[in-house]
Amino acid sequence: MGKKPVKQTQKTNKLMREEDLVSSYHDMLLIRRFEERAGQLYGLGKIGGFCHLYSGQEAVVTGIAKAKLPEDQMITAYRDHGHILACGVDPYNVMAELLGRADGVSKGKGGSMHMFDVDKHFYGGHGIVGAQVPIGTGLAFANAYKEDKNPAVSITYFGDGASNQGQVYESFNMAALWKLPVLYIIENNQYAMGTSVERASAQTDLSQRGRSFGIEGRQVDGMDIEAVYAASLEALEHARSGKGPFILEMKTYRYSGHSMSDPAKYRKREEVKDMRQHHDPINMLKHRLIERKLMNEEEAKKIQDDVFDVIEQAANKALENVEPDSSALMTDIYVEENHAG
Amino acid sequence: MPVEVVMPALSPTMEQGKIASWTVKEGDKVEAGDVLAEIETDKALVELEAAADGEVGKLVIEAGTSDIPVNTPIAYLLRDGEALSDIETAPAPVPEKPETPFPAVSEQPPASSVVPQPATVTIAADPELPADAEMTEQSVREALRDAMAEEMRRDETVFVIGEEVAEYEGAYKVTQGLLDEFGAKRVIDTPIVEHGIAGLGVGAAFAGLRPVVEFMTFNFAMQAIDQIINSAAKTHYMSGGLVTCPIVFRGPNGAARRVAAQHSQDFSAWYAHIPGLKVVAPYTAADAKGLLKAAIRDPNPVLVLENELLYSVKADVPVSDDYILPIGRAKILRAGSDVTLVSHSRSLDACLEAAASLSAEGVDCEVIDLRSLRPLDTATVIASVQKTNRLVTVEEGWPVAGIGAEISAAVQSEAFDYLDAPITRVTGLDVPLPYADNLEKMALPSTDKVIQAINTVCYRQG
Repeated sequence: MGKKPVKQTQKTNKLMREEDLVSSYHDMLLIRRFEERAGQLYGLGKIGGFCHLYSGQEAVVTGIAKAKLPEDQMITAYRDHGHILACGVDPYNVMAELLGRADGVSKGKGGSMHMFDVDKHFYGGHGIVGAQVPIGTGLAFANAYKEDKNPAVSITYFGDGASNQGQVYESFNMAALWKLPVLYIIENNQYAMGTSVERASAQTDLSQRGRSFGIEGRQVDGMDIEAVYAASLEALEHARSGKGPFILEMKTYRYSGHSMSDPAKYRKREEVKDMRQHHDPINMLKHRLIERKLMNEEEAKKIQDDVFDVIEQAANKALENVEPDSSALMTDIYVEENHAG
Repeated sequence: MPVEVVMPALSPTMEQGKIASWTVKEGDKVEAGDVLAEIETDKALVELEAAADGEVGKLVIEAGTSDIPVNTPIAYLLRDGEALSDIETAPAPVPEKPETPFPAVSEQPPASSVVPQPATVTIAADPELPADAEMTEQSVREALRDAMAEEMRRDETVFVIGEEVAEYEGAYKVTQGLLDEFGAKRVIDTPIVEHGIAGLGVGAAFAGLRPVVEFMTFNFAMQAIDQIINSAAKTHYMSGGLVTCPIVFRGPNGAARRVAAQHSQDFSAWYAHIPGLKVVAPYTAADAKGLLKAAIRDPNPVLVLENELLYSVKADVPVSDDYILPIGRAKILRAGSDVTLVSHSRSLDACLEAAASLSAEGVDCEVIDLRSLRPLDTATVIASVQKTNRLVTVEEGWPVAGIGAEISAAVQSEAFDYLDAPITRVTGLDVPLPYADNLEKMALPSTDKVIQAINTVCYRQG
């Protein structure tokens, strides 16, 4: 971590700044449009394998991205396109990864589920449900090990499904025991693949899952970016100040199926439609911005058009990009460096 | 231009689908997310949603049509005042096979793929010790402890974490004295959470620290094997080289004595199977020190498979903070000309005893200690077989898909014409390890079994 002349130690104002609100509209739209385009390219057979879309959940990563400090790390599971975009990675390289092309963030070797950008403090992109939770706790361990007065916080995301995994509780215990600077974000989108929270969890208030370890938790309206921002800011401050982990359960919703091959028989179409029409995080923010006169319809349209163009260009350029050279097949298995240091 | 709606690929394996029904008709207004049709795939009935707002301009293919290849246009949506006449041409005839969706690239596999080759790294030779190098007699246990202590003095980012490693000083006393010297920040007792510690260690390594994770025994590491394989071994590759994981997982492996099946397993072949991991299994005190130090300095995840029954065995160890052995080099423990014995860890006891015993009868055995199981030094084994023309492999692990099987494959491929007898394997028997003293002995490799195997490949009467 390079030292900057003036290092931010913690953001404090719980209200989002006006320019952050307007840029959030752009950032959320960028994720939405990216996922729509990814869905189309999957349908065209251009994207292979598994593809888990983030549409509907954009306020969560975007609000947290506005509240975090640049060196705070993020790590998540396989529904990771929104997270890496929120870390500021070029949509071109993300789309190229989805397409399995040479310019992909992981050189085409990881695909949809395995996005990484260590320079931007994004640690992936993990395919085994719950496995990123001890790893994120380990990032926090490393932050604490450095004995910085204002350590970076590891923002560790997982879903309502992963919240039932054993290793999550092993991690909670160690994080609380050693007061590690970690913020656990449970993105509760109501369905673990096709199983609703009610059918899988004895205690459905997932924010209380850390209680027996003394970890404070709170439920947040994950469709409301301002609520996400305010709660994250407070939780980040808690974790950074040496008080140990914090849990935020973001109540959110995914519009798409679990993956592209989801027949979606476990929920009613009206439910999805109702969420899209009445609780959409992007539309809600747009109405607020217009109401508060921070943006007008014309400006909104301009942002929409810009985002559309950016994603079109990214997608078209990625489609032109070559597949990885065959010489890439057997590289990156080991670090070819003897006895560093 | 009107939006083309095509037969979508709805699963990783779908190549064609059936339109079960249209839920809209031409002229209907639709919003993004509205259902247009029900598509029957190879797995399920899936609803096809509109990707954008618009008006259904044309339904190209009738409901009930089967075997429509993915990517075939099935409908057109009109946007903002577009007319039906804007649909450029009639849909192309249904192609027999979907075109390849990718720009053409060479299908040529790398030349080395004719024979499956393990991932390789460059391996140096053992460091040469001067004739007057200072040596000290140490147990394997002390050598391992010194390796960790020296590396912790040298590099602030090295820390030791595990169950009972600090205040108890190690369940097998391998971490004796470390807490006193380095304090609780760097010698960390954990709850009993193998899976959690392994994952936490991986995260700390991703962030630039160099964890040494002790498993009380590798039997308990089966709880953690997902993190070892899926996270530690694979992330460097999956991230295109962006993420590195310099971590050591160490602890005793294999059978101790009469602790029954769950506490007696040899994981050599399990971990040796995994690209992205390095695996060492030292036999002598000097190798234990040199290889553990190398493992800690290595930028990759390394498993150090120790053996409880070897911990107290003493031997000369070079006194040097920089005694680093190369990972991936076997060592010839005893030179010989008649038959090659290849083994690692405690099974070498049986090999050396058998060699000594047969030497009196005029059979000259060469004994090779593999030391590393990944990378596996097949070159040293092959060179030996080219000299002796006979090979016996000895290991404690089970026979199926074991280390001996791997070596046999390499030798028959590279030195087939040199073999004067079929390769013979001595392994643990294909059974969970029993508790009863007599049964346990029967199940493990022994000097007698190795002698028998040597007699077999030498066509001798035992």
